[in-house]
Amino acid sequence: MSTVITSQENAAVASYDLHHEHHHHETFISKYVFSMDHKTIAKQFLITGIIWAIIGGFFSVIFRLQLGYPESTFPWLEDILGHWAAGGKLRPEFYYALVTMHGTVLVFFVLTAGLSGTFANFLIPLQIGARDMASPLLNMMSYWFFFLASVIMMSSLFVQTGPASGGWTIYPPLSALGDASLGSKIGMDLWLVSMAMFIVSSLLGGLNYITTILNMRTKGMSMTRMPLTIWALFFTAVLGVLSFPVLLSGAILLLFDRNLGTSFFLSDIIVAGKILPNEGGSAILFQHLFWFLGHPEVYIILLPAMGMASEILSVNSRKPIFGYMAMVGSLFAITILAFLVWAHHMFVTGLNPFLGSVFVLLTLLIAVPSAIKVFNWLTTLWRGNIRFTPGMLFAIGFVSLFISGGLTGIFLGNSALDIHLHDTYFVIAHFHIVMGVASFFGMFAGVYHWFPKMFGKYLNNTLAYIHFWVTIVGAYLIFWPMHYEGLAGMPRRYYDFANWESFKMFGGLNEFISVVSMIVFAAQLLFVFNFFYSIFKGRKVTSQNPWEANTLEWTTPVRPGHGNWVGEIPEVHRWAYDYGKDGRDFIPQNVPIGEDETTH
Amino acid sequence: MTTVMIDHTKNKIHPHKFTLWVGIGSILMMFAGFTSAYIVKRNMANWQSFDLPGAFWYSTGIMALSSVALWMALKAFKQRDMRRYRWMLAATLVFGIFFILTQVLGFTQLWDRGITLKANVSYSFLYVIVGLHALHVLGGIITLVVMSLKAFNNRVRSYSVIPVELISTYWHFVGILWVYLLLFLIMIK
Repeated sequence: MSTVITSQENAAVASYDLHHEHHHHETFISKYVFSMDHKTIAKQFLITGIIWAIIGGFFSVIFRLQLGYPESTFPWLEDILGHWAAGGKLRPEFYYALVTMHGTVLVFFVLTAGLSGTFANFLIPLQIGARDMASPLLNMMSYWFFFLASVIMMSSLFVQTGPASGGWTIYPPLSALGDASLGSKIGMDLWLVSMAMFIVSSLLGGLNYITTILNMRTKGMSMTRMPLTIWALFFTAVLGVLSFPVLLSGAILLLFDRNLGTSFFLSDIIVAGKILPNEGGSAILFQHLFWFLGHPEVYIILLPAMGMASEILSVNSRKPIFGYMAMVGSLFAITILAFLVWAHHMFVTGLNPFLGSVFVLLTLLIAVPSAIKVFNWLTTLWRGNIRFTPGMLFAIGFVSLFISGGLTGIFLGNSALDIHLHDTYFVIAHFHIVMGVASFFGMFAGVYHWFPKMFGKYLNNTLAYIHFWVTIVGAYLIFWPMHYEGLAGMPRRYYDFANWESFKMFGGLNEFISVVSMIVFAAQLLFVFNFFYSIFKGRKVTSQNPWEANTLEWTTPVRPGHGNWVGEIPEVHRWAYDYGKDGRDFIPQNVPIGEDETTH
Repeated sequence: MTTVMIDHTKNKIHPHKFTLWVGIGSILMMFAGFTSAYIVKRNMANWQSFDLPGAFWYSTGIMALSSVALWMALKAFKQRDMRRYRWMLAATLVFGIFFILTQVLGFTQLWDRGITLKANVSYSFLYVIVGLHALHVLGGIITLVVMSLKAFNNRVRSYSVIPVELISTYWHFVGILWVYLLLFLIMIK
């Protein structure tokens, strides 16, 4: 090749780059099934995520039916769910199974794998100027471990005793004792095995994302020129790589307790009048291990949405993002704080009150970087030349939800208030708005914005606007009233409130929430239809850069092949946010700096 | 083209090596999870301390020997002394297998002393922590088997140093992790 290459190391890296440029003839299987192309893997994550989202969303419709109409029976339910809903009424055991699976599926399979898996895979190589991930093989394995996890979790829905039903947080002893409930039997084992596969998938993905971002950037793409999406996906991967192994350690100990008779989390337990031999364990220990992942997990879900919203808001306001370095700094601050606040989920576990106050302080500190982000989003919008594309609407919706949900976080972060609000509908409302729906909005924004790059087609705008308005109004109508129910003490996880005098007054409200949730679910089906219909029949993208954006993915052909760029990878000369500069609407990153032009 | 590539790759660590380092960070977090749980649990009631079996000391010595052997294998590979590389790689593998055997022996000694998996939560921790470390060593052994087969197969000619460097890093890591866990279990029991 050349004698200029000096060290063995450089030779290896250079040949590695060359290898990436080399293309093989592809069969259907290697192109669409066991593909190593990051874009195909991204689509695999997205479509698997969509399937899970429909399933997880449908579960919520079923249990909302129980909560909205506790006295009624629905004979058709028995047709769908069989013995789960004998006589047309959901059995309590399966109500708990549905709630548990709704949480598990949406938190892990949709908003972690479906969100990070999709956009980290799709955007990282395209936006930093790389032909593919650092290790396409690990990347492919990451998807197939997720697929395996999906199959195992799905199979747990069909076992006789039903899937796990102790809540998505799988606290022992319900999760540690096979006899504790129906869902504690084989369903719980399948849950743990599935999650172990899922963690392997996340780790393989995360390793790849971090390495790719740090190692494979094109010439000129310094860290401070990276789009904020990449920064957000980078911190997300760091959070995942450092926190998921701790959940794995908790899951391993739980598997030992369940199947090998150890007592890590069990002590002094009597089941059906029989004293169990387990001694010396601590159920609280599990909560520490779980929430050490569980809280960073919240940001694993939220950060990609933040990054995409930042990018989309800037592109569609035709203005530079306000406070780029502050945005990066606040992402970093959130990442650090994410590891230091887990015990705020445990204020009522008998935690030492002094320790509690330390966690209160650390928790409330998160308000600072969060407020910086909100301020910068709003100032980016301020006096912008805003284009209300569907992606933009969802990005603005994300900011709205993040503010509404973030404010109630200040309530819950205070231990004095949390002791009253813990395990009530206030908590449900808070985390659904700030983590669930907000991240979904980020994900929708991303899908609407990058769909033309993914499939070379546009989504239908009319359906998109209906989808947006029904979802944002519906989301507030569902979760806003829950704050009042929670303040009144209405506990979460109850199967039927009709037996409690104090919660009877909420019967009508619960029915209202249930009706709205069904309408919102129907609107999501509209999106799913739009998604699949547009892949085949959507309007064709004819321009290389339909949103007139600066980032590198829009310098590729309309439908890029494996390797992304034909010919050389573009060189980067500027940051990603030169909008409305020097009288020009936008200046893509690969345009060299002009002679008398100032850099940002 | 060539000069561009050199600019592009100068001073950059090979992506696979970097991935391995991040992976090591991840494995460390898992063991940090176990050892923190261990410390938290130790401060609660019903904790019985234990003495480690003698066989674990042999494990430590063998691990050190295997690390030295792999270090020499890597050196030989870089000098293109393939004969020496093959034998040193095989020596690493044999030492690795002996490491696992001494671990099994250690667990047998523990079991005979009544330190069984279920008897006390401290013993359970010991089994899980040491056992999972052994699983990581086993992963390394499988890689070493594959690499040895390739090294001894005359038809395969691979001169890339990257796989050898990757296994070296990983193997030294599990060695150091073992020493750390051993010290941890001796000092905090």
